[in-house]
Amino acid sequence: MTASPTTFDAPGYNFAYLDEQTKRMIRRALLKAVAIPGYQVPFGGREMPLPYGWGTGGMQLTAAILGTDDVLKVIDQGADDTTNAVSIRRFFARTAGVATTTRTPEATVIQTRHRIPETALSNDQILVFQVPIPEPLRFIEPSESETRTMHALGDYGVMHVKLYEDIATFGHIATAYAYPVSVDGRYVMDPSPIPKFDNPKLDMNPALMLFGAGREKRLYAVPPYTRVESLDFEDHPFAVQAWDEHCAVCGSRDSFLDELIVDDAGGKRFVCSDTDYCTQRLSEQETGR
Amino acid sequence: MNAAQPLSQPLVDLDTPLLKVNGLTRLYGPDKGCQAVDFELHPGEVLGIVGESGSGKSTLLGLLSGRCVPDRGAVAYRARGGAWVDLYAASEAERRTLLRTEWGFVEQNPRDGLRMGVSAGANIGERLMAQGDRHYGRLRQAGLDWLRQVEIDPARIDDRPTTFSGGMQQRLQIARNLVSGPRLVFMDEPTGGLDVSVQARLLDLLRGLVRELNLAVVIVTHDLAVARLLADRLMVMRRSRVVETGLTDQVLDDPQHAYTQLLVSSVLQP
Repeated sequence: MTASPTTFDAPGYNFAYLDEQTKRMIRRALLKAVAIPGYQVPFGGREMPLPYGWGTGGMQLTAAILGTDDVLKVIDQGADDTTNAVSIRRFFARTAGVATTTRTPEATVIQTRHRIPETALSNDQILVFQVPIPEPLRFIEPSESETRTMHALGDYGVMHVKLYEDIATFGHIATAYAYPVSVDGRYVMDPSPIPKFDNPKLDMNPALMLFGAGREKRLYAVPPYTRVESLDFEDHPFAVQAWDEHCAVCGSRDSFLDELIVDDAGGKRFVCSDTDYCTQRLSEQETGR
Repeated sequence: MNAAQPLSQPLVDLDTPLLKVNGLTRLYGPDKGCQAVDFELHPGEVLGIVGESGSGKSTLLGLLSGRCVPDRGAVAYRARGGAWVDLYAASEAERRTLLRTEWGFVEQNPRDGLRMGVSAGANIGERLMAQGDRHYGRLRQAGLDWLRQVEIDPARIDDRPTTFSGGMQQRLQIARNLVSGPRLVFMDEPTGGLDVSVQARLLDLLRGLVRELNLAVVIVTHDLAVARLLADRLMVMRRSRVVETGLTDQVLDDPQHAYTQLLVSSVLQP
């Protein structure tokens, strides 16, 4: 089967780089993942023209779901202009000829590394996460066959052992990213290394969220409007990060802030990690709305 | 703390067996493994299994605790509600639930039974967390209580088991198993590899806990002194078969089978 005719300047390559059989295989795995929220589905990962750890899993998912009239946005730690984001965006612009954007509301597919955009998503958007380690139980139980059994039996007591250790060592739950969540009351899932600040956005989100791990060749999904709860203790409830400062650029007080060292004396400034959100706020302030 | 516990349990419980074992057989070769084992274990009873290396003691323990599947035979366990559970017909989920709620398994090497990468407190709390306890303060308190019960300084609750001595690791493993209030505990040579003075303290502790908590115990050992001190009843195994069974004192003081006689007479007297 050939791809729909389109204009892209990568002769010799199929639409969106992957061949149609591979895309079909990934879509089948995606259907299963959506049907069983939070369950890790193995897939036949292909080699991508960039190293593992750079988003090969997310790229394969994006390639499998991309259509000619999709609008793609790629972010890396919230930013549209870092190396990883720029190269992946250009990759799909060249191999699929799709329109790209940095504006969150305009995008239909958003591939992301380590953040969920601050701007609320809608139910016609798909968020694709790049996942380094899909197995939330790995650090406590190294055996892969054992973790699979634990998932199958819902035997998740050890997840709290990790949180217990945090409180015992630091006095509070110090896990700040890749904070484990329970999806639809069944599977415990690693939401990829997003800060726990973003965890509440996973819950009942209108957008479809897909997670792809290239090295581990697993994918999983959170369908729209699915309950996602962060694990915690009754007397140490889940809480997100908070800052005393506000964004030095747009003045936002409720977005995730990056700390920047701005001079040799150790002077610091805090700015939004979501560059599109920050830019939009700034332009709204300038136009006086 | 547990003075009230035996009273709160109905007395009839003690008359019905907790575990029924019928023709249990698993052979790796002719007379290798264990075969044709029958016995009943009552609540609060301590059964010692003694025998030489390779006589099938550990295989039997593995079969009883549902870790491996027998060639023939059945094990029935009376759960807390009173219903009989056929161990090998039950689903893996049921077996796991049993193993972490009503049962305990004390490994010979504490490194196999403990999570070495997390603190002592987390090790003790794990069973409670697996049972759904989500209150840090309570988990912490249980950890402190149990460290005290097994005579480990509660100040070491946040230390990893790697920093503990062998005897302390073994006691921590016992605490980790007993925290969920099990009714039946399997022990595989719990004092093996410990020096004699540590062994004596551990045995003393075990004996106290077993009586206090009214535990049923199946303990595998090759040390007759351990069997004498802990076990109410003894099973002597040799070449995969049970050759003699009876009350501990009776078996040790008046051994009938030639092998038991050899075993008893070969204990060194200092």
